[in-house]
Amino acid sequence: MKRFFATRWGPITAGAVIGVLAPLLVFFGNPKNMGVCVACFERDIAGALGLHRNPVVQYIRPEIIGFVLGALIAALIFREFRPRGGSAPLARFLLGMFAMIGSLVFLGCPWRALLRLAGGDLNALLGLAGLALGIGIGVLLLRNGFTLGRANPAPAVMGWLMPGLMGGLLLLAIFQPIFGDGLAIFQSEKGPGSLYAPLLISLAVGLVIGFLAQRTRFCTMGSLRDVILMGDTHLIGGIGALVIVALVTNLVLGAATGTAYVNFSFVGQPVAHSSHLWNFGGMVLAGLAFALAGGCPGRQLFMSGEGDGDAAVFVLGMITGAALAHNFNLAGAPDTVTEGVLAQVGGPSIYGQVAVLIGLVFCLVLGLTARLRLKEVKK
Amino acid sequence: MTTKVDARGLSCPQPALMTRNAVRATEAGPIEVLVDTETSRDNCARIARREGWTVAVSEEGGGYRLVLSK
Repeated sequence: MKRFFATRWGPITAGAVIGVLAPLLVFFGNPKNMGVCVACFERDIAGALGLHRNPVVQYIRPEIIGFVLGALIAALIFREFRPRGGSAPLARFLLGMFAMIGSLVFLGCPWRALLRLAGGDLNALLGLAGLALGIGIGVLLLRNGFTLGRANPAPAVMGWLMPGLMGGLLLLAIFQPIFGDGLAIFQSEKGPGSLYAPLLISLAVGLVIGFLAQRTRFCTMGSLRDVILMGDTHLIGGIGALVIVALVTNLVLGAATGTAYVNFSFVGQPVAHSSHLWNFGGMVLAGLAFALAGGCPGRQLFMSGEGDGDAAVFVLGMITGAALAHNFNLAGAPDTVTEGVLAQVGGPSIYGQVAVLIGLVFCLVLGLTARLRLKEVKK
Repeated sequence: MTTKVDARGLSCPQPALMTRNAVRATEAGPIEVLVDTETSRDNCARIARREGWTVAVSEEGGGYRLVLSK
């Protein structure tokens, strides 16, 4: 079994399992085409803590907690828990921030882009094309010598900090304390944040995915990066399996419940907009930031469960980015559809558009200037 | 003469990329690659094997030493 996960069937298995479980989470209550979305769910957590006050996206998503703790359990069982850190934490924090802003301009992380496609949302094609271009730019920078430098082994306690934070979040999710009139913990009463599967189901799915993804190194960004950079197809089967299995699961759920889970169109898609330029542009930024940081948002959570403090800093950057995105009106607004007719195309405000451009400049400057000679040494 | 690649502490995909560059720049080896995570160990070994090299893995100092030969 240990070998199986290391073969190309490992990522395919992880993708297929996510492809079944994510639509099931929608069946159990999560927003449509959002069975799992790392960016959206971290944004909801930011809202629940009051870091932003958008009332429709506030909920402590147990899936995120499960991802970290599931990866932690797998890493402990298989002796891969390696506390480490110290590789350009501030740069990683800012990359996480801009990755989140780009994702929220599109309205989803790479995982949700794949799940949106499996639900028939053709806007996801623009997002995925942008993601590929962003990763392609990242590959050029990597070939040019970009590096965030080395991490160092750290005392065990450092590796437990992020799982500990997630444990604290889990307690807040379970007990839902209110710290005062009009204060946290916030919980949406309408909108996507009010739609969620039962806590235990969400947590269990998160743990299963976290465990599997840690074993198989499942990474959406890495899938594309490795093909572009080295012609390495080890990971890419995972994202293919995710889309195909999620599509089939959506069709089965649609037939079983009489509610459409798949609807091929650009318009009228759940929690999405059809501003093609910004679906594309937002994900160029996200893809580039993920490539420079060495992992998609899911993978950053799994690595933080393995004890990687730098990945944890990226995650905290993403949560901060989500707070800024909603406080500064940067996130894409969904399309307005009235009686089945498109009334107004959504997308980011002018502030969101400028934020994407600032993010791209930041990533390019960092990518071109953060270089070290890491050539092999002959002896 | 042994070529040494020290990829400890580096994020994906740098260990794999350094390994690939080393095998492409070396005629016969051996090449010694040091990594500190299982992910890097597996990635570097996969890349080297794909380029037609044989890989011997041993644990060393909390990480792994890969000896590539051809």
